[in-house]
Amino acid sequence: MSNILEVRDVVKKYGDFTALNSVSLSVPKGSIYGLLGPNGAGKTSLIRIINQITYPDSGQVLLDGKPLSPDHIRDIGYLPEERGLYKSMKVGEQCLYLAQLKGLSHSEAKKQLEFWFDKLDINGWWNKKIQELSKGMAQKIQFVVTVLHKPKLLIFDEPFSGFDPVNANIIKDEILELKKNGATIIFSTHRMESVEELCDDIALIHKSNKLIEGKLNDVKRNHRTNNYEVGILTDNVEGLMYDLTQKFMISQADFKSLNDELKLSIQIGETRPNDLLSVLTHRGQVTHFVEKIPSVNDIFINAVSGPTNE
Amino acid sequence: MSVISLVIKREFIAKVRNKSFIVMTFLSPLIFAGIALLIGYLSTMKADVRQIAIHDETGWFVNSFKSDSEYRYINQSDTPVKTLTDSVKSGFYEGVLVIPNSSDPKFLEKHIQYFSEESPGIGFIEDIEDLISDRQTKFNLENAKLDTLAIRKAESKVSLSIARASGEESVKGLNEIKIGIGGAFGYLIMMFIIIYGNMVMRSVIEEKTNRIIEIIISSVKPFQLMIGKIIGTSLAGLLQFAIWALIGMAILFSASLFFDVTPATPMTSVAATAMQPQLSNAQLYLTEIWKLPIATTLIAFLLYFIGGYFLYSSFYAAIGAAVDSETDSQQFMLPIILPLVLGVYIGFFTVINDPHGTIATVFSFVPLTSPIVMLMRIPFGVPIWQIALSITILFATFFGVVWFAAKIYRIGILMYGKKPSWKEMVKWLKY
Repeated sequence: MSNILEVRDVVKKYGDFTALNSVSLSVPKGSIYGLLGPNGAGKTSLIRIINQITYPDSGQVLLDGKPLSPDHIRDIGYLPEERGLYKSMKVGEQCLYLAQLKGLSHSEAKKQLEFWFDKLDINGWWNKKIQELSKGMAQKIQFVVTVLHKPKLLIFDEPFSGFDPVNANIIKDEILELKKNGATIIFSTHRMESVEELCDDIALIHKSNKLIEGKLNDVKRNHRTNNYEVGILTDNVEGLMYDLTQKFMISQADFKSLNDELKLSIQIGETRPNDLLSVLTHRGQVTHFVEKIPSVNDIFINAVSGPTNE
Repeated sequence: MSVISLVIKREFIAKVRNKSFIVMTFLSPLIFAGIALLIGYLSTMKADVRQIAIHDETGWFVNSFKSDSEYRYINQSDTPVKTLTDSVKSGFYEGVLVIPNSSDPKFLEKHIQYFSEESPGIGFIEDIEDLISDRQTKFNLENAKLDTLAIRKAESKVSLSIARASGEESVKGLNEIKIGIGGAFGYLIMMFIIIYGNMVMRSVIEEKTNRIIEIIISSVKPFQLMIGKIIGTSLAGLLQFAIWALIGMAILFSASLFFDVTPATPMTSVAATAMQPQLSNAQLYLTEIWKLPIATTLIAFLLYFIGGYFLYSSFYAAIGAAVDSETDSQQFMLPIILPLVLGVYIGFFTVINDPHGTIATVFSFVPLTSPIVMLMRIPFGVPIWQIALSITILFATFFGVVWFAAKIYRIGILMYGKKPSWKEMVKWLKY
């Protein structure tokens, strides 16, 4: 049993509007799983179903192999995109309350809170009211509240919005540490750079349908274009170009480098990279040789605007 | 601890710690006492004595008018009517009563006039009419050579003594006490529903605007949150009432000490009645009050209080969930306030006249008005099956409404930016 979460053919309709059209997902245990999609794609609907805030019209969600039940609430930590706290309640009391709602005892909640407050260096906030804190500070508290009860599955909806870069990094490190300690993390965002950096697996939802799912590397491999970026120092540019155009598609490339070399983007098609390399080494000094791997951003935009472009 | 009790605890503490709660709890008795004192002071102030000129050309009636602290009657039979009406215009006289010179009673019946700048009160007109009529009747009797004394002796004035079929005797004026007690309870329920129902609504809106709702709702079922909120808020309200009751008792007690009146226990007061017969009238009322179905009233009060408050709070919670801000909620308020006000009106106008008539009976079964109307009826004696049926209907409706409210609540709390309409809310029920 390697999947902590299985979503099977989930359908959710609001009136005439279909928010999820038979969506299935498998989230491997211990992974960071990126749930991607443009606004209104159905991400939040799906997350709400996983959190048992709403229920699917049909289909099934399994957590650790068992259909979702109220007992699973304490196994899940959820940081919604629309988040806030009671403005006039003190930080400590508020965290205790929210932790107890998740099933922790008062003393256990307090112990965990002290640990996290220490860790994030926010000890002095205990008796402050939320309205005295800045937005970023409140976000830290929300993060603590989400992870406090040591859930097996964490769901972060746009976790970095509202954080300055320093705090965003702290949170990112905490997320990685949580993963190291065995938690599975579902990560819903449209910030692609953080997806590249963090996610092991991704799923792309668009217009209520799942378009792509898999290991990040597999997805990229499936979307590779066999384009290589090449930098080469050569005396005989014309000879090189002649050799290359015999076998490959060439275009001008642009990347940063120290030398004043020739920069090319080469489409190798069905041939192997070594074929290209041998041509290059034959003609000059190779300074740069990189496969142009499609970014998640490219895949995302391609998938969203491509096939469903009716 | 179960999640509902956690929610109840938080709601209760949040309400009680609120500054406005503390201020309201301790300030409103002061405001109340202040208003009471003000009214008391105003009523002891002497109103200006009004002067009424009597222009009586017959000379028969003028002596019947006796001046009192409110009106002074001045015999101006010799002054011309024109002068008198002028002095009414100038404000010297409040009014002038003109009785033309005639010995024909039939003529007089139609031709006595009263001039004034401001329209006189109904009570004043009736008093004057009665006075003149009495006097005229007496003249008529004398003219007919009838013995007025004998007639007066022969007159009989019946005062109905009211008793229940079960044989208990009753005193007149008890109806007023009954409607007073029932009315107080009914009014209390209405005030509580409006004040604390609104609080429930505000607390729902607060969670929406703070955007904490989705965090909460991922660990608590919306239904649990709603019920916890309603109960927690009602506990805060009950605490407030308890504090008011304590303050009231403290004031009563210290006032008693101050005026050197020993608070009497029922036992000693019964003994005191025996010794002091002059107190018997007040004592009679007191014993009559004790004969009212007190146990029934109190138990019914509690049941109707819980049922009514929960029923209306569910409405308030659903509305709070449906709107984004308190200003948006106004359009939904009228349908809630209307039945409450209707209940109070039916109570004060229909129940007092005909406690067991069709209208009063029907509305004491309708769940939206029954907490108020039935409570007002109970002191007049209502068959137990009616109370039982009415409470059953109330609680059945409550469960139905909670089910609907929970549905609207569940959808509404996660909806932002949509201006809700009744149509929209009906649609949510189908989600």
